Amino acid sequence: MIIYGTAILAACYLSGIFLGDLLGSAIGAKANVGGVGIAMILLIFAKMYLEKYKMMPKATEGGINFWGALYIPVVVAMAAQQNVVVALRGGWIAVISAAVAFALCCCVIATLSRMGNRGIPLPPLALDVPADAAVR
Amino acid sequence: MFEMFSKALAQNGLVTAFVVVGIITWISAILSRRLTLGRVQGSAIAILIGLGLAYYGGIMTGKEKGIADISLFSGIGLMGGAMFRDFTIVATAFEVQATEARRAGLIGALALLIGTVVPFVVGAVVAWSFGYRDAVAMTTIGAGAVTYIVGPVTGAAIGASSDLMALSIATGVIKAIMVMVVTPYIARFLGLNNPRSAMIFGGLAGTVSGVSAALAATDRRLVPYGALVATFHTGLGCLMGPSILYLAVKALFS
Repeated sequence: MIIYGTAILAACYLSGIFLGDLLGSAIGAKANVGGVGIAMILLIFAKMYLEKYKMMPKATEGGINFWGALYIPVVVAMAAQQNVVVALRGGWIAVISAAVAFALCCCVIATLSRMGNRGIPLPPLALDVPADAAVR
Repeated sequence: MFEMFSKALAQNGLVTAFVVVGIITWISAILSRRLTLGRVQGSAIAILIGLGLAYYGGIMTGKEKGIADISLFSGIGLMGGAMFRDFTIVATAFEVQATEARRAGLIGALALLIGTVVPFVVGAVVAWSFGYRDAVAMTTIGAGAVTYIVGPVTGAAIGASSDLMALSIATGVIKAIMVMVVTPYIARFLGLNNPRSAMIFGGLAGTVSGVSAALAATDRRLVPYGALVATFHTGLGCLMGPSILYLAVKALFS
């Protein structure tokens, strides 16, 4: 049943958000600390557990994968409701702080990515996939 | 006739949003293929169109939530709001390889720490060079350079004025937009082609929205890894901003 998958996902989401709120108030951060990350970890464990006991049929997976595939459209909707006007009105101080902070962070990212045991690159996306399929 | 049609759209906001985003995605896919021969990913173009619509909505209504403030498109607000965003991000974790995620755990934590301190210092220094010499102003603008949520949370905690808060929000939003727009073009420089570097990116580049949109436009398979780390970014910033970082600025400048 597709709803089982969606229900598992929703349960992980709610538990994660709740634990994130608890963690936030425990350390006095006045914000949700890692709620989404905790939810993701819960879902990864739920998947490992259910697959081990063969309790994850294709339909149940479908109830989770559908929402994962909706992710990019949701991001487009998110972009469409940013306060772009205020961001542009912030003036040079905002633009310069943001640009310099991002540029410095990029240098650190490039350094750290090349340090230690480097990750294994993902295989290239299949080229014969039509462009609209890649967008989803 | 037209009135009835627009009423139907406005009363079913979320469903209307699905159609609108579907059309944006379709147009972006065509633009990506015809105009850039597939070099710029369709999702990157779709996000740019979204930001453009947000600007138009902001100009038209003078309010804060972009195109979602126009009643016909209010469903965009629900579809792109925090609930749907976080719910779908969690769903992407279903494709995460647990072994990959564990291998990068420590470096992700290091990235988070640097990703909080470096933007804060930059923001505070820029604020100083623009003439903001008191600790509260420097801290608030510095916190805004971490993320647009850390800025106002920190500012409220240390008693900053509302124009300072607006400035710090603007700084954070501009950073998030830069992350979304620039990342796909510098992905090679960042080494952004594997789960480990995606987690480093998530720790350093900040907000969940910026990171996840940037990774979606670079290679959507990297989204869950980056988001997994980025979700701790705002929490850590809200923790450090009003406490250790504020005290450090205060000790140095007053």
